[in-house]
Amino acid sequence: MFEAIAFYLFAFLTIIMFYIAVTTSQALYALTALAAGMIFISAFFFILGADFLGAVQIVVYSGAVMALYAFGMMFFDTTRDLKEKKGNKYIVAGLSTLAAILVVIIFSAPIVGDNIKALYPVVEGAGNTQEIGLVLFTKYLVPFEVAAVMLLVAMIAGIVLAGKKMDASLTLMSEEEIQELEKEKNKEVLS
Amino acid sequence: MDIGLNHYLVLSTILFSIGLVGVMRRKNLLMLFLATEILLNSVNIAFVAISHYYGDLTGQMFAFFVIAIAASEVAVGLGLLIVWHKRHNNIDLDTMSSMRG
Repeated sequence: MFEAIAFYLFAFLTIIMFYIAVTTSQALYALTALAAGMIFISAFFFILGADFLGAVQIVVYSGAVMALYAFGMMFFDTTRDLKEKKGNKYIVAGLSTLAAILVVIIFSAPIVGDNIKALYPVVEGAGNTQEIGLVLFTKYLVPFEVAAVMLLVAMIAGIVLAGKKMDASLTLMSEEEIQELEKEKNKEVLS
Repeated sequence: MDIGLNHYLVLSTILFSIGLVGVMRRKNLLMLFLATEILLNSVNIAFVAISHYYGDLTGQMFAFFVIAIAASEVAVGLGLLIVWHKRHNNIDLDTMSSMRG
């Protein structure tokens, strides 16, 4: 009973939040609504007994990804209203067709999968975090390490792409050097 | 009033459609990234629900890796976006046609 109430409540809230995130014309509203939606999604993970993933969802999405978006927004001019594409009839038709096909496939998936067996069944008497650790560090060790390397590559790429000219420290430079730097910057903007 | 697997799959479908609409109608590239996050999250819900109802941990593993992919995608994507914004001073999709594709 409580599960049903929690499910419907959080489903309603998540859909509303994501709808706002997609349709609003203000970037700040979209970001805030998306962060709220991420937290509500973690509630589904807790309902489903995936405690570890729920915690990861809150930490990674609401903590890291949203903070990254917030920092990104500081670089861009987000005060002006966002322009939207004018609706193209063919695009809308294709979109609805795709969504409808998706619904059909997702509904038929459990019917097809009635005879599937658990490949890595849930361990009896262990908490969710313990189970995750057992499977992650035995069967999925190589993908885990590859994901770690990928995150490292992404981190270095982010630093290299966004952090150009960050090696110059304004506090250690003399006045003439700073003025020269600003001149260069102006040239770049104009070009 | 039992919540079954289908409930979660329907919810995942609805959220995926919302994200798809966002990807289709957004012009600002930052907002496009936000819509992509919605897509990834809706699939995560389906993975975890299936993992719960079939007693299999593979779904949770996949959701875990999807979260890792999403995090690195945001890092690289935002870095590229900042570089583009520094050079062209806007992040509209329509202006990104320098390759004449």
